[in-house]
Formats: sequence, structure tokens, C-alpha cells
Amino acid sequence: MSENRIILEVKGLKKYFPIHKGDKTLFVKAIDGIDFEVREGETVGLVGESGSGKSTTAYCVIGMYSVTSGTILFKGKDISCASSQRPLELKRDMQIVFQDPGTSLNPQHTIYKIIELPLKVHGLAKGREMRERIVQLLESVELPESYLYKYPRMIGGGERQMVAIARALATNPSFMILDEPTSSLDVSVQAKIINMLIKLQKEFNLSYLFITHDLSLMRNVATRVVIMYLGKIAEMAPTEIFFQSPQHPYTQMLLSSIPVVTKEEEELKPKKIKSQGEIPSPVNVPPGCSFNTRCPLAKPECFEKDPVMVQVGPDHFVRCNLFA
Amino acid sequence: MGDLVKIQDLYVWFRVYGGYMKVLNGVNFSVGKGEKVSIVGETGCGKTTTMKTILRILSSQAHIPKGEVLFEEKDILKMKEGEIKRLRGRGVAMIFQDPMASLNPVFTIGDQLAAVISHSGVQDLDKEKIRQLSINALKEVKLPDPERILGSYPFQMSGGMRQRICIAMALATERALIIADEPTTNLDVTIQDQILALLRELVTKRGNSLILITHSLGIARENADRIYVMYAGNMVEVSNNEELFCNPLHPYTEMLLGCVPKLSGGGIAEGIAGRIPDYLNPPPGCRFEPRCPYATDRCREEKPDFVDVGNGHKVACFKYN
Amino acid sequence: MTTREASDYSVVNRYVENAKKAWYKFSRNKMSVVGLVVIVLIILSAVFARIVAPYPKHAGAFVNYAEANLPPGWHHLLGTDVFGRDILSRIIFAFRGALIMGVGVLVMVVPIGTVIGLIAGYMKGSLIETILMRITDIFLALPPLILALAVCAVMRPTLFNSMMAVCISWWPWYARLVYGMASSLRNEVYVRAAELIGESRFHIIFREILPNCLAPIFTKMMLDMGWVILTGASLSFVGLGEQPPTPALGTMVSDGAKYLPDYWWISIFPAIAIMIIVLAFNLLGDGVKDMLSTEE
Repeated sequence: MSENRIILEVKGLKKYFPIHKGDKTLFVKAIDGIDFEVREGETVGLVGESGSGKSTTAYCVIGMYSVTSGTILFKGKDISCASSQRPLELKRDMQIVFQDPGTSLNPQHTIYKIIELPLKVHGLAKGREMRERIVQLLESVELPESYLYKYPRMIGGGERQMVAIARALATNPSFMILDEPTSSLDVSVQAKIINMLIKLQKEFNLSYLFITHDLSLMRNVATRVVIMYLGKIAEMAPTEIFFQSPQHPYTQMLLSSIPVVTKEEEELKPKKIKSQGEIPSPVNVPPGCSFNTRCPLAKPECFEKDPVMVQVGPDHFVRCNLFA
Repeated sequence: MGDLVKIQDLYVWFRVYGGYMKVLNGVNFSVGKGEKVSIVGETGCGKTTTMKTILRILSSQAHIPKGEVLFEEKDILKMKEGEIKRLRGRGVAMIFQDPMASLNPVFTIGDQLAAVISHSGVQDLDKEKIRQLSINALKEVKLPDPERILGSYPFQMSGGMRQRICIAMALATERALIIADEPTTNLDVTIQDQILALLRELVTKRGNSLILITHSLGIARENADRIYVMYAGNMVEVSNNEELFCNPLHPYTEMLLGCVPKLSGGGIAEGIAGRIPDYLNPPPGCRFEPRCPYATDRCREEKPDFVDVGNGHKVACFKYN
Repeated sequence: MTTREASDYSVVNRYVENAKKAWYKFSRNKMSVVGLVVIVLIILSAVFARIVAPYPKHAGAFVNYAEANLPPGWHHLLGTDVFGRDILSRIIFAFRGALIMGVGVLVMVVPIGTVIGLIAGYMKGSLIETILMRITDIFLALPPLILALAVCAVMRPTLFNSMMAVCISWWPWYARLVYGMASSLRNEVYVRAAELIGESRFHIIFREILPNCLAPIFTKMMLDMGWVILTGASLSFVGLGEQPPTPALGTMVSDGAKYLPDYWWISIFPAIAIMIIVLAFNLLGDGVKDMLSTEE
């Protein structure tokens, strides 16, 4: 696994949003120094609650936001700039699927026109080829040709997400960001889309950065899991190890909160830690460890010292004072 | 009987362009006194329509060709406007998915709680007493510093706190039935866990009946005594909590369970082919028939009724009949 | 080939189905249908004025003092004016000028306003937005009638010049409307998605944003038709616009006003005609709004 080529490397990434209150300027520290990488053929699950900075991370990588500091390397090249300054070739190689297919597809365009766009912009098909290629893309997400001239509102939510995936596939990317692609869909539809994404990954040798809040989904999809809390990474490990021995108190709290449907799952949930408190606003991050307001195991030093990332096992990293 | 709410063979249609959307298709449902029941179903299966019928807050396009909804043995569908108002004010409380939509943004939490309490029909309420009741209600949902919260506006609260306030409003006065419609869908899992634990605790303590509407089998499993599985306007299966997960009988329940990603891993089932039927022209027989791998000719023509397979476990499928 | 034909057939079918649905939404409000019928009648009578009008010759320089100032009666349904011309015939011919005014102004104003609004809205926060919108605000501050008076005073008072005058004060409303929509639509995820794919600014503005602005623009156009015609009538009332002897509704009202109250029909009937046009376009506009609304 680890000898695989690194596709995406994020180093010391920070993204602050300024907000103006009276004459003072405060900063929302959406991302506050994170490092991680995505290797070829891998699915990295970036998991966190709202306000954790997981979507901001995705948008920095894809170039919707410019970064405050830090670097993003894609296939060894520095791409830490906004999308308007990125070369067209990079936009071809890196794609994103958004959370809500209801808003990510233009309601006034037919499916044909929606999938045609990337092909046209990148000059990948012309004339008669165009239609063939679009039909082929629809087939790869198991949608029939008869959908070509339908509008997004005429098809179901899951099918819309399939169209969004087909649009992302159109340019033959090697790396795809999936921004909660199934969180607005029902589980039976989610199952279809997830299986489709796994199939496409094998078929086209894609690497995924999968943004989600759903840990049980990541258990079945990701090769590695990264947990974010208030703009920082709390824990990072290969999936198997992660679910066998979650280390960070926040990870344990997350796991214990998940509603499950079988007894085996029940046994995997950490019993000792109960969910308490709410995520603080990223404008006033508490001093010391940012999780100290909710952590049942907080020690006095946690209110002063911000922990650093330590390695606790092969590829397993935790950022907590308990392990320092 | 001991049933607080009993819905019998309920049909609800909606008038639209091109005819009627035949949404509810003979729903049978009951909640006992002090019982916690969950209705699980996917988007568009009619779970919210069912609840709206109990409160009689359906839109003007709705048409009820058949069925009855009994609340304490009285038919809600035949009640007069005054009785309905009393029912909504005192009998049933509702907690919605989006707390921001059920809280008025221009009034303080205190004003809104006071309005609920003063419409509840409790006698001899002066200002001080209402205030005291409001503070108690907020204390009960474990909100810190209730006095300050009384004077604040909804936008000053986080999503979790708003949902706590909605629960406080629902439980501020004595109600027989609490209906919670996807109360935690917009919340993070750790907050969801806290809110559901709170709701469970309060409802159990007071002996209220609870109808918890959700799309998550996991939430239903952890919060309800009995679970109804709904598909396309029909209850397809009902059973006691554990039984449903150990021994799912209806093909839909079985397939749905397979689609839920498990913490223990093992991958996800293929999903359910096809989609929910068009309510304008639904299949004449079993509504799951077009997607069902076990479908027979009989399923295409006849609508299956609930069959009791023992121990209160009922299923609407010809496989068991 | 067969699949191609099948899909083409379904395209036709879909248009029929969409048209039926649109008519269902439009016709739910009966008043919209009334507005539509009235407008169709007005357009038809204007186009076929030579056939419809009882005295087509009276639309020009025609004088017959023998029949001057006749009250409404069988020969002249709406009476005659001081030169003995049939008022009904003149109103029917005046519809032509009114409709040319309405259509002409909108045809010029809508594209200009839309393009400016789209560019300014999409480029919100940039210098281009500031320049475009401040220019719009300046034009918005000019009172239309006074501006039109000035224009017509400088140039010759013709129908075309009064149309130009109305255009100058009318386009900012479209720029404002489209600016508001475009500046919120540019944050839609599908616009972001197109940017990330690498679509050019030109295409994002005209391919992604514009189609989503069309319904409100179209609705406003329908409502504005009546107002433009009313403004045109006001201009001809003060002598700007179509010059005698060509009939114009506003001119007819002002000419007849001198003979009130004795020969009331000379000015009242053209005034009623103006009212009917404005009202009918407003009703039609409401219907179009219902038709284009997305709610089911």
C-alpha cells in the first residue's frame, strides 16, 4: 500500500476567513494546519462534523478557495492557488462531485448538455463522437440512453447524482473529490451509488478523497480514515486499524454516537465515552487542545498545551495529550 | 384496546395536474399508551403524510376517500374545528425536522414557550407561573442558564440547542402523544445521540406515547419499542424491536437492512433496483412488486394485507400467506 | 436509427405534454385567460385594421364636417370627433402605434438591460460591477417623462424618437432585475461546478446563468407591455409621438379633452381603450407568472 505513488499531498494547510465585527477583524479558522496525503488508487475518508473544516479542505484542494498558508502538491506540482489560475490540464485531471445533485446540475439544461460541457471545454469529443461519448458515459453509470434529453428535475435524486458522477468522469480524471455524495440520499440509493463508485475506481484507477460525516460508511469504503475536529486532524489510520482500536477520545465519542442495526456493531462501539457538549465556534477556538470542552478525559495540561501529532502504530497517528 | 392512536385502512390522495396522487394506500397503524413506536421509510414513502393526517394539517389538495384515524377512540377525521384545536393544543405535540422552521425568528424563546403554555388549557396561569413553568421546561431538556435563554432569540442558539427548545415546547405541558418527525436529520451524530437520549428519557419518565419518524433503521432500533416499516404508502412490516433486525420478513425490509453500511464492515448490498412508484399510476397490486425479486403473478394483481406471523410481528407480503 | 426516431418522437410528445401542463397552470386563474383573449383580439384588430375598422379612411387626414361630433350611435358606434371621423376606426388604427411602441421598446430594452445585469451580477465585487451599476443608477434617477420631453424637444417628435426616449429610461429596470438574480445565481453550485470544469466566463454567464433568469424576465416583459404603452400614450398626450393625422391614443384623449363634457365620447373612449390594454397585459402577466412558476 504505502509504496504506491502519492497523488495528493497537503502540508501545513491553513484557511482563515476574515469576519468584520465593528472595527475589529476576527478570523474563522476553518482549517488550522493539517497534513495528509492521498496515494494512488486509495480512498481517503475525511470525516468530521459540521464546522470541522472537512468541506473547506475539499474546496481548497479543488481550488474554489485560495489557501491562507501551506502547500497542496498534486502529482508533485504545487497547486495551492485558486481555480482561475490553474491550468486547464489540472482541471481535467481533478474532479469533484458535490453533495446535492439537485443544486449541482443546472436545472435549465438537459442531461446531454450537462455532460457535454466538460467534453467541449477540454476538447475531448466533437460532432458525431460527442453523442456517442455521452451515451457511453451514461452507460458507465448505468443510465439508459433515453435519459439524454431529460432535465434534472425529471429524474430521481440518485439518478441525478449518477449524472453528476458521469460529468466528473467525462474528462478521465485520475483524482476525484467526493463531497458527501450520498448524504442527501436514501440508504437504498446510497448503496447503489457507493457500489458504483467502487466499481468505477477499479475500472479507471481513480483515487478518491471522500468527504463525509458517516463513519459506518467509511468502514465499508475507505482505505484510510482521517478524523477532523475544529480545523485540525485528530486521528488518522488505515481503516481496519482505525475501527479496531480507535485512540482519540473524540473518535471514540463519534463511534459511540452512531446508531447501529446489529449486535456485532453494538460491540464495536466504545462504551466508556458518552457524547456531551457541542462543537465550539471556529471563531473562538478554546486554548490548549480544542477538544477540551467536551473531552471526558481532559487533564489540566489539555487546557494549556495544544497536542502534536504522534505515531501510535503503523500509519496510525493521533493528536492527543494522552499519547504525548 | 389500550390504543392511543389507531389508524385503520387509511387512504390519502392529493389532487394534482393529471389526476390524483394516491399516496397513502390503506395504512394500518397503532400506538399504545406509553409506547414508543417508530415509522421507518425512505423519502416519499408517506410517513410525513400519515403524521399530518393525525394532526389534520394536510394541504387543501388532500382528499381522504377512505379510512379512520382514532385518537382515544374518537375519529379525528370527523372532529369539528374546535375539537381539533383542542387536540393540537393539549393532546398531541409535534417536533419537526428543522427547528428553525418551527420557531418564530422574531420572538424570544420565552415568548414562544409562554404561548404554548397559555394555550394548553391549564387553569389559573399568571405571568409568574408561566415563567416558572417555562424555566422548568428548559431545565428539563438540560439547557444551561434557562433564565438567559428565555430572553434570547432562536438565531442565537446552535442547531442542537434549538432542537432541545422544541422538545421543551412539546413537553412543557401534559400531552398524551409526542410526534417527532426526523428530529435529528439536520444534526451531527454526536448531537443526534444526545438529543435522542434526552427525548427517550423524558418520554419514558412521563409515560407519553411517542411516534418517531425516521429514515434510519439504526435510530429506530435504538429508540423504539415497536417499528413499522413503510414503503410507498403502505406499512409493509411491523414488529418488536429486536425481532425486526434478527428476522426481517418483508423483502423490502431485508433489502433495506442490507443497504445500511455496518460499522463491522463487510461491504454494502447492491441497493434496491428501480425507484418508488409514480403515485399517479401506482402498480395495482403490491406496490413493491416492480422492485421485488420474489414477485409473482399474484403480487401484480392483489394487494397483500397484514398477516400476523406470531408475537405481534405482522408483514404484508404473499410470501407468508 | 430506430432509437433515434423513438427519441425524436418522445421529444414531440414531451413538448405537447409541457404545453398542456403550461396551459393548465396558466388557465387556473380565469382572469389571465380573459387578459389573453383581449390581447389576442387587440392584436388581430390592429393587424387587420383595414378590414376590421368600419371606416378605414378615417384613420388619415379625412374631414367631413357634416358628421362632426356625432354621439355614439348605429353608424358610428363610439361617435365621431370634431372632423367627423369615426372614433372606433381611429382607436383600432391607434392600437398599431401602441403595440409597436410596446414591442419596440421591449425588444430594445430587454437585451441591453439583461446583458448589463448579467455581467455586473456575475462580476459582483469587481470594478466592472461598480461602473455598470452606477451608470444604471444614474439612468434610473432620470424621470422618464421629462427625459422623453427633452429628447423629443431636441429631435423631431416622431413615434421612433419617443420610443428611444422611453428606452433610455426603461433599460435600467431590467439591468437591476437581472443583476439581482445573477448575483445570487453565481453562487449556485452548478455555476461553481462549471467554473471548476474550466468553462469560460462568457459561457458561464450566457449558458449557465442566463437560462435561469428567463422566466422572471419574461414575466416582467408581459407586465411591462401595458406600462410602456401607457407611457407612450402619456407622451402622445403632450404631443410627442405619432403626429396627426395618424391616430394615437394619447393624442386622441388630449384633443378630445377640449370638448369635455359636451362631446365626452371623443376623449373618454380612447382613454378606456388605454385602460383596457394596460389591464389586459397585467392580467396576462399574472398568468404568465403562474405558468412559469415551478411549484406544482
